[in-house]
Amino acid sequence: MMTIVWNLIKPRKATLRLWQLGLLVLLFVVWHVLTQPGLVPPFMFDNDRQAAFFFGEPVQIFERIWAWFVGDANIYQHLGITLIETLLAFAIGASTGLLGGLWLALSPMASAILEPYIKALNAMPRIILAPIFSVWFGLGIGSKVALGVTLVFFIVFFNVYQGVKEVSPVVLANARMLGASQRQLLRHVYLPSATSWVFSSLHTSVGLAFVGAVVGEYLGSSQGVGYLILQAEGSFDINTVMAGILVLTVFALAIDALVGLIEKRLMKWQPKVGETEKL
Amino acid sequence: MNLASIALQGVACTFVSPDAPGQRYTAVQNVSLTVADGEFVSVVGPTGCGKSTLLNMAAGLLQPSQGSVHIYGEPLTGVNARAGYMFQAESLMPWRTAVQNVMAGLTFRGVDKSTAQAQAEDWLRRVGLGGFGDRYPHQMSGGMRKRASLAQTLVMDPDIILMDEPFSALDIQTRQLMENELLALWQSKKKSVLFITHDLDEAIAMSDRVVILSAGPASHPIGEFTIDLPRPRDVAEIKMTPRFMELHQAIWAVLREEVLKGYQQQLQKAI
Repeated sequence: MMTIVWNLIKPRKATLRLWQLGLLVLLFVVWHVLTQPGLVPPFMFDNDRQAAFFFGEPVQIFERIWAWFVGDANIYQHLGITLIETLLAFAIGASTGLLGGLWLALSPMASAILEPYIKALNAMPRIILAPIFSVWFGLGIGSKVALGVTLVFFIVFFNVYQGVKEVSPVVLANARMLGASQRQLLRHVYLPSATSWVFSSLHTSVGLAFVGAVVGEYLGSSQGVGYLILQAEGSFDINTVMAGILVLTVFALAIDALVGLIEKRLMKWQPKVGETEKL
Repeated sequence: MNLASIALQGVACTFVSPDAPGQRYTAVQNVSLTVADGEFVSVVGPTGCGKSTLLNMAAGLLQPSQGSVHIYGEPLTGVNARAGYMFQAESLMPWRTAVQNVMAGLTFRGVDKSTAQAQAEDWLRRVGLGGFGDRYPHQMSGGMRKRASLAQTLVMDPDIILMDEPFSALDIQTRQLMENELLALWQSKKKSVLFITHDLDEAIAMSDRVVILSAGPASHPIGEFTIDLPRPRDVAEIKMTPRFMELHQAIWAVLREEVLKGYQQQLQKAI
């Protein structure tokens, strides 16, 4: 009997989702058992309320999330703000990175002059600029977008720079022989090659735009999911903090999945590893 | 007077290593080579003798260190606009489909999109890729990519066709097919062709004239043979004729020593 059941649910490709889900449930159950006062005798803390104070209680966390999305339904505005900040940071960071990368890759002199500065700016822990941005751009979305842009810019910039440098010389010579002017080379050879590198770093750069937005909100704001977490932390409301983290995680996963879809559409000219002839 | 379509006069090409300016390599030296209008000329030589360098100079992609390049009597400055170039390596733009690749040159030139597309599709059909226009290069086989490259070059209707071992990556059957195809096209349009190959059979079967280059460095022409085989030719059949074998023997006698020399040099480099 046992072996029959085991053979049915044994980890394999078909039951992969089942096991992934099971692990998630197990995680929450263990969390619940260890933090619920009175369930297990305290072994780390002096009294059994302290575990819940430090780690939160899953049931209350889910009640919190339910209230956000269904009960009070007041999280949408905050999520919307965070999303707008992420998108703006990505759009501005990616386009300036693209232009900067193209420019420096195509003019060796400018690149030679600016090289140490770019290295310095990239090496600097740019999160530390957040307080300055708050002063410059205020507590609205401007300062969060600025922080996100500084993170996204360099990822895109270096990828584009690399992409332009690695354009196949034969493809380039071929385009020239076909009569492409400088401008047409830029438009039809350098740009497509560079954008392919931008897209290959899409997951990283969108992720960093999100990080910039949330960290910016956390450091000082009046709206956004980071702000919710900051508020809750101020009143030692660990359940709301945890709920905020969970929502952010799921949100980040959703954005990542969306990026994956976009990537698949835009990069269909690129060979995938192990792809066979499709007829 | 009939002007030569390509005239290289006493050209030399010296490369300087970007890391060590003292290190120089002279690929070709003192090369004079003309291709008459409508002539099919092949250049053969051992590997690494600077055949591609010659072609790049005729294309205007490379400036000669010495000597001059004239195209239909005019000194060449910049890229040679009257020539189409078929490269040895992959040259299709990977982000464009076959038909977009073929029409690229036309749109660069300002031909409107629908006309360009119609011409591109016509050429794809001629090279046997009729149903494959919407494929990206990575979805095509090596032979299909070569054929797309051929279409990309010929759709521009250039007066001069420069070819750098265009068929070396193909299997023998596809290769003969494409060689015959090219000969038929050349026959009907009478283009000037400068054809680089290391395959003597191919050179003799296709050309009006075969030029032999010495082993590098500083290689230069050491022999020239007029191929008086009748046209039109079939590349597979012509190889069986006695005259072909005579020519092959005569040319090989000159080429053999150079090939051995080139081979020795490569061995020494490896040690």
